[in-house]
Amino acid sequence: MIPVAFDYVRALDVPDALRLLAEHGEDAKLLAGGHSLIPMMKLRLAAPAVIIDIGAIPGLAGIARDGRRIDIGALTTHATLADSRELARHAPVLWQAANELGDPQVRNRGTVGGACAHGDPSADYPAVMLALDATFTLTGDDGTRDVGADAFFTGMFETALTPREVLTSIAFASAPNSAYAKFHHPASGYAVVGAAVNLTLAGGRIAAARVAFTGVGDAAFRAPGVEAALTGVAPGDAARLDAACRDAAAGAEVRSDPFASAEYRAAMADVYVRRAVAAALQPRE
Amino acid sequence: MKVTIRVNGDERTLDVEPRLLLVQALREELGLTGTHVGCDTSSCGACTVLLDGVSVKSCTMFAVQADGRRVTTIEGIGSQTDLHPMQEAFWTQHGLQCGFCTPGMIMSAIDLIRRNPDPSEEEIRFGIEGNICRCTGYENIVKAVTVAAAAVRAK
Repeated sequence: MIPVAFDYVRALDVPDALRLLAEHGEDAKLLAGGHSLIPMMKLRLAAPAVIIDIGAIPGLAGIARDGRRIDIGALTTHATLADSRELARHAPVLWQAANELGDPQVRNRGTVGGACAHGDPSADYPAVMLALDATFTLTGDDGTRDVGADAFFTGMFETALTPREVLTSIAFASAPNSAYAKFHHPASGYAVVGAAVNLTLAGGRIAAARVAFTGVGDAAFRAPGVEAALTGVAPGDAARLDAACRDAAAGAEVRSDPFASAEYRAAMADVYVRRAVAAALQPRE
Repeated sequence: MKVTIRVNGDERTLDVEPRLLLVQALREELGLTGTHVGCDTSSCGACTVLLDGVSVKSCTMFAVQADGRRVTTIEGIGSQTDLHPMQEAFWTQHGLQCGFCTPGMIMSAIDLIRRNPDPSEEEIRFGIEGNICRCTGYENIVKAVTVAAAAVRAK
C-alpha cells in the first residue's frame, strides 16, 4: 500500500515547525512517531500534501516529576512511558495504558503526543488523560495555551488543537490510586472498552473520583454518574462499589459495530470500570 | 530526496521519494529481501528491523525518517558459517515452520533479550506480541528465544 505522494520537510525546533505550518497551511500535517498517521496514509484515508516531521526535535521527549506534578514531553514514546518506574508509582493509570497499547514495535515508535493529537475514539490515552485531568500545552504563533483534557478531546478524530499549533507537553498531578482496565479487540488490540479511574482517598473514604471511558462512544468521555456514586464510599464497601459501577455508560451514546453491539459495550463498561476501581484501590507500597 | 542510512554497518546513500517506506528501500533499492512484508498494516511484524538497535516495523516508517540512523536487518546479524545465537536457537529448537515470519520474529527477539536478558516464558510471549506466526508455531519460537537468551548470557 503506497501513500499519495507528498513533500517532506524536517522541523529543527518548535518555532521552525510553526513557520512551516504557516507556510504550508492546512495541506500540511505534523508527523511524530507516525504510528497513527502512516497507516492512515497507506490506506489513503489521509493524504496530506506536505509532511512536517517533528520527530527529531530535541527537548520534546522525557518524563519529569517535580513534587506532585508530572510533565511529559509530547514526543515521549509509549515504550518510555511503559518502562518508567516513576510512572508506575505516580500514575499507574497511564503506565498500564502505555503497557497495553499496541505491541513492542509500535510502542518503540509511537508517541504520547501523537496519539492524543490523533483523537482516535478507541485509543487508550484519551480516557486516561480525562481521568488524570491532564493539561495539554499547545504552542502556537502567539505563545502557548493550556487546555484541560475535558476541552481537548472534542470528537471522533477531533481535538482542540488548531492547524497552526503544536502539542508540546502534557502535565498532570500525581495519581497513585489510579488504574486502567481494557478489553482488547482480539485482532486490532484497540480498546473495545477502556476504563480509566483516578481516585483521591481521604479519611478512609473515596473523597473524589474521575472516571472515563474510551472505545465506548464517538470520543472518550467521563462518567459523572459513576464519579458521584463513588464519592464518599469506603474502599472496603464492595456492595456500594458494585452499585456505583452499574449502568456506567448511562447517558452516553454507545457505539455499535460488527464486533460489539451497543448493549454489549455498555455491559462491558460496567465490568471494566469495576475492575479498574478495584485495581485503583489496591494498597501500594 | 537524498538520505544516508547505515545499513548493516555500511553507509548507503539513496535518492528516494518521501513516500517510499523503509521496508521498500531495504528490499527494492538495496536488495535486502530477508525483511518480509506480511500484512502491510503494522500488525504482523514480518518487516521488523532494528533502528539504532531498537525493534521497529519497517512498513510503518518512511525511509526519509531513517536518514542518519543505523538500520540492522536479518542479513546483518550473522552469516551462513557464523549464525547469531538467535538464528542458531531457531534452527535447533525448530522455531520455524514455513519461515515467513522468522526474520521479523528473530529481530524482535533480539531486541527483547537486549532489554531483558533472562525473560520468563510469559515475558517472551508478551515481548513477541507484535509478531504473528500464521503457522501458529509459537511453542517452539518461545523455546528458541529461551535457549538463545541463555546462550547470550553464557557468552
